[in-house]
Amino acid sequence: MLKDPLASQILAVLFVAKEPVSIPQLHQVFPETSSQDLSRLVREVAKEFNTVQDSVEIRQVAGGYRMNSHARHHETIRRYLKSRPSARLSLAALETLAVIAYKQPVTMPEIAEIRGVKGTSTIRTLLEKKLIEAQGRKKTVGRPILYGIGRQFLVHFGLNDLSELPTLAEFEEILSS
Amino acid sequence: MVTETETCQVQLDVFEGPLDLLLHLIRTQELDIRDIPIARVTRQYLDYLQLMRDLNMTVAGEYLVMAATLIHIKSRMLLPEDDLSEPEPEEDPREELVRDLLQYEQFKKAAHLLHEKEILEQSSWTRGTNEFAEEEKEMVVVDLFDVVRAFHRIVNRYKDRILVEIDRDDVTLDGKIDEIRRLLQLEGEFFFSLFFKRGISRRHLVVALMALLELVRLGEIRLFQKGAFQDIRIVAC
Repeated sequence: MLKDPLASQILAVLFVAKEPVSIPQLHQVFPETSSQDLSRLVREVAKEFNTVQDSVEIRQVAGGYRMNSHARHHETIRRYLKSRPSARLSLAALETLAVIAYKQPVTMPEIAEIRGVKGTSTIRTLLEKKLIEAQGRKKTVGRPILYGIGRQFLVHFGLNDLSELPTLAEFEEILSS
Repeated sequence: MVTETETCQVQLDVFEGPLDLLLHLIRTQELDIRDIPIARVTRQYLDYLQLMRDLNMTVAGEYLVMAATLIHIKSRMLLPEDDLSEPEPEEDPREELVRDLLQYEQFKKAAHLLHEKEILEQSSWTRGTNEFAEEEKEMVVVDLFDVVRAFHRIVNRYKDRILVEIDRDDVTLDGKIDEIRRLLQLEGEFFFSLFFKRGISRRHLVVALMALLELVRLGEIRLFQKGAFQDIRIVAC
């Protein structure tokens, strides 16, 4: 039971929302309350909510707060929805995304050089899925398009922001150990 | 100590490219990546390319470039050191390759991590996505032979209807692939049979089948089927 009436209202908003709810969005709903206070409140709401039960969790994804069924219940939910595991990205797509996530903004030739293969069709698929987006052109010969991660990237991988991924140096440590 | 004459056991893994293949050779044999036995790895690499050719697989140009690079490195390592010129310390001919391999391996690990995150993320549902699974979700993923079988059925269905086949060379594989891509962009998905109604000539059918298989290979589309002998659904990846 949330004692703070504002916290209680925030929880109701999170329940209804289909997309992660950002602090600016909450601020539009509660213009009287400062962003800092809202930020603190929503964190408290999430913490409290996640403590009292383990069926549904509130998580920070793509810079906002979102309610989702707990991963441990995935089989139950699949049975209820009668759904099969959804399509996953190909290895080529994942590799390309990894390069873009760490090297953005990056051009297609630069990606090809790291991966050792051209991947024109992969880029196209990733663009269509909005996992990556064009971010202008590089000021070099041929003015190649620069790619960066798209808005679906964080949502697709359940990340709040890119800093949640280990750095490349950390990968090197894992590799050399 | 492994001898140079040891033959390489090539498995038909699918590799993402020459770097992936090379890394596989090095890592599965637990070779030292900073001191690659270049002669041995080069031979194993070339064996693999030969195997791909024997199986009538297309060996992409990138693989050949890497083969040339490996042979070049090997020859440079065989040459005696030039005492007269180059007072600066000589760079190991393998150095650049090792750099590329290590860099690629980092991103391969990163890709693996993303894959794990993806699986985890797909295990939880948000509100709003909880409509009951569409029909397609109940379908099974079909293999190559199902596609060929379905293709046979359609050819048979249209066999009697083809009266005159005018030989016009207007169907190209590239054209068909583009057509399928366009269709998918417009429709999102469509059924195998529906697609084939569009072009009844045998040439069209054959090229369309090849185009579908090529797009599956490229990972651009996925095929679903409810059960044996049912219509196949084509969905963009």
